Amino acid sequence: MSFLSGLLRFRSLRSRALVCQEVVELVTDYLEGALSPADHRRFESHLAGCPHCTEYLAQMRETIRLAGRLAPEDLTPAMRTDLTDLYRRWRDEG
Amino acid sequence: MDADASLLRRLRDGEEQAFAALVERYHSPMLRLALSFVSSQAVAEEVVQDTWLAVLRGLDRFEERSSLRTWLFSILVNRARTTGVREARSVPVADAGPVVDASRFGPSGAWVLPPEHWIEEAENRVDAVKLSELLRFGLGGLPARQREVVVLRDVEGMSSAEVCDVLAISEANQRVLLHRGRSRLRQVLESELGGEPR
Repeated sequence: MSFLSGLLRFRSLRSRALVCQEVVELVTDYLEGALSPADHRRFESHLAGCPHCTEYLAQMRETIRLAGRLAPEDLTPAMRTDLTDLYRRWRDEG
Repeated sequence: MDADASLLRRLRDGEEQAFAALVERYHSPMLRLALSFVSSQAVAEEVVQDTWLAVLRGLDRFEERSSLRTWLFSILVNRARTTGVREARSVPVADAGPVVDASRFGPSGAWVLPPEHWIEEAENRVDAVKLSELLRFGLGGLPARQREVVVLRDVEGMSSAEVCDVLAISEANQRVLLHRGRSRLRQVLESELGGEPR
């Protein structure tokens, strides 16, 4: 767990507003839908008043989007040949 | 029927082309994942080749209780872990501490050095090849466990449940690793592409 989680749970119980340093630790839980309804509301109400955390969240989303566009590296001709050989050896096994 | 299910059927019918298609689709993500567990490219390639052979030999026994992809990656992870242990590769120490440097926040926990802007830069001004290199560099710099999760979730596009199956980790653990990995990757992009905050 994150080092803030203990502190956070304590704070949540007391329903205090989140600060930026806590928000950045909760971004993934937020995106994953893993926050409690109360924390979810606190998270969004912080965002509504904080352009920097809004930007931070947008950057995390962009990071995810860019990672998803990363094309697999091309196979080398040698790898293709090796794997074709492997297939044919297997086929001839049985 | 999804593409993998149809590939599986063709593979079972003994179609070499189906194997070639599967290799094109999964060989390089499997290689990237294998590199998280073992120490060299050569060993990783060996692990992936062993995996392909195990897949072919196991085709008749595969009961399709999971997707073809989950099955492939599970075999890979099992083999890579065994090999990694045999190589006595040191287990990376747990990564603790904040995901954004504490010096960027004031005593109240509010930003004093807010995120620098880079999204526009990434979308409009950096060419695709450079961006890919940057992302690969960022992924390469992640601790192994974080890299495994980010590669499977965000690059490969698996669901969290699928990632938990493949890596045999809990949902909560998966989320922590994902969070730390994504946060670091964001920081790499900011450091390389960022300008002054508006």
